[in-house]
Amino acid sequence: MAEITSLREAVNELVHDGDTVSLEGFTHLIPTLAGHEIIRQERRDLTLVRMTPDLVYDQMIGMGVARKLVFSWGGNPGVGSLHRFRDAVENGWPTPLEVDEHSHAGMANRYVAGASNLPFAVLRGYQGSGLVAESETISTVTCPFTGEELAAVAAVNPDVTVIHAQRADRQGNVQLWGILGVQKEAVLAAKRVIITVEEIVDELEPRPGGLVLPEWVVTAVAPVPGGAHPSYAAGYTTRDNSFYSDWDAISRDRDTFTEWMDEHVLDAELDSKGAAR
Amino acid sequence: MIEWTADEMMTVASARTLAGARTCFVGIGLPSTAANLARKIHETGLVLIYESGTIGAKPSILPLSIGDGELAETADSVVPVPEIFNYWLQSGRCDVGFLGAAQVDRFANINTTTIGRARQPDLRLPGAGGAPEIAAHAGKVLITVRHSKRVFVDRLGFVTSVGFGTGAGDRERLGLQGAGPTEVITDLGIMKPDPGTRELTLVEVHPGVTVEQVVEATGWPLVVADEVATTPAPTENELSALRKLHADTKEAHSARS
Repeated sequence: MAEITSLREAVNELVHDGDTVSLEGFTHLIPTLAGHEIIRQERRDLTLVRMTPDLVYDQMIGMGVARKLVFSWGGNPGVGSLHRFRDAVENGWPTPLEVDEHSHAGMANRYVAGASNLPFAVLRGYQGSGLVAESETISTVTCPFTGEELAAVAAVNPDVTVIHAQRADRQGNVQLWGILGVQKEAVLAAKRVIITVEEIVDELEPRPGGLVLPEWVVTAVAPVPGGAHPSYAAGYTTRDNSFYSDWDAISRDRDTFTEWMDEHVLDAELDSKGAAR
Repeated sequence: MIEWTADEMMTVASARTLAGARTCFVGIGLPSTAANLARKIHETGLVLIYESGTIGAKPSILPLSIGDGELAETADSVVPVPEIFNYWLQSGRCDVGFLGAAQVDRFANINTTTIGRARQPDLRLPGAGGAPEIAAHAGKVLITVRHSKRVFVDRLGFVTSVGFGTGAGDRERLGLQGAGPTEVITDLGIMKPDPGTRELTLVEVHPGVTVEQVVEATGWPLVVADEVATTPAPTENELSALRKLHADTKEAHSARS
């Protein structure tokens, strides 16, 4: 059964140095404040996995949390580059960052394989792409029925998957709706699961297009209202587009970035509801 | 005569190429602007599919990201990401894939990975995203990007997504099911692959642009068609639809922030 706890305790107990950690979210429901807690607790040598690493991964990389990034698109959506990600890859600052780049289709299928307890997934993809030669997790497999050669991608099984959702009930059943990305697969592929939620409610009312993750696949639930900011939680918050624009200037320079992180993340205390002040 | 910018001409020309298409898998940025304009001017019920899983999105304003709430709220259906790639793209259900690019070569191959050495690059680009499989599986591919020598390069250091590979016959050899890029639309003109060699050939220049200008802005000796047409200027209807889209977007975003 899922334990309802604080974000601080969940990260302290469940995220360890050297772990493979996936903070998933496809533009919507990005677990930003959980990433900040991982930074505050000074985790190191993490292999970070996510299809679309954006601001929170830029922050984690810039703070030296990650050793490796497994991903398919790393940018500031609608704005431009992730400067901390680029600095780590191009200049090794603050530490060198190994990358394993996939396509979206490949990453999505890696999670599906992980959730399905399969060693790899099959897809039609990567033909002629330079990504194949650079990645140890892309190969080919021959169809036993037709003889056709297809792409094979290794399963992803994170030690910990972290997602943000709209709400949970008091047993820890979690409900999310809107753009669901690859969160279900990332949760079911993981050994341990932390979910931050906007609120805990007595009863989960059904939502059209919604998804309920039963409490027995979730390790810890932590109430963190606004935990996706600057991303959003449909029905609760809206996307803070101007922060995405502002991040470009904040993150461009190492000193400006470090000062911003000191002030807004390292010195931020979580209040009783779990949100950073 | 009404005036317009080079970017407006590019977007209008891109939107026109979607006339008659039923389903379009859309990348964010310039492709998304053009595809949304196409929805307004063609009125043929063009279905926009975004990789965030939104099928039939009908945003009234331009999304800043592929996961804006507006896309989900206006969509016919919202599906998980593995589904959008496996059931809707890989299956061959998308008529058109619409892509942007950081670098493009003469065979319309795309680099969005690195410039310089792959492992320790001079410039780390955002990465593949959905493009490798969009380029492989969409019925045909449109590419739109601003024209410069930095973009249209003689040789790609890294091929992220395949257009025509090394030339004629390469898509077939690689087993790519779609027809590949059929048009590259820039702010200067339009290039199409030569039916025989598959090398990009300049077939249209936008009004006021010379062939020499386009050749000069291309990083390889650009093949020029025997007869280069001039793109019809944007109509009042096209321009007002595009400007309204931008104005509505700006207003909505400033109201929210």
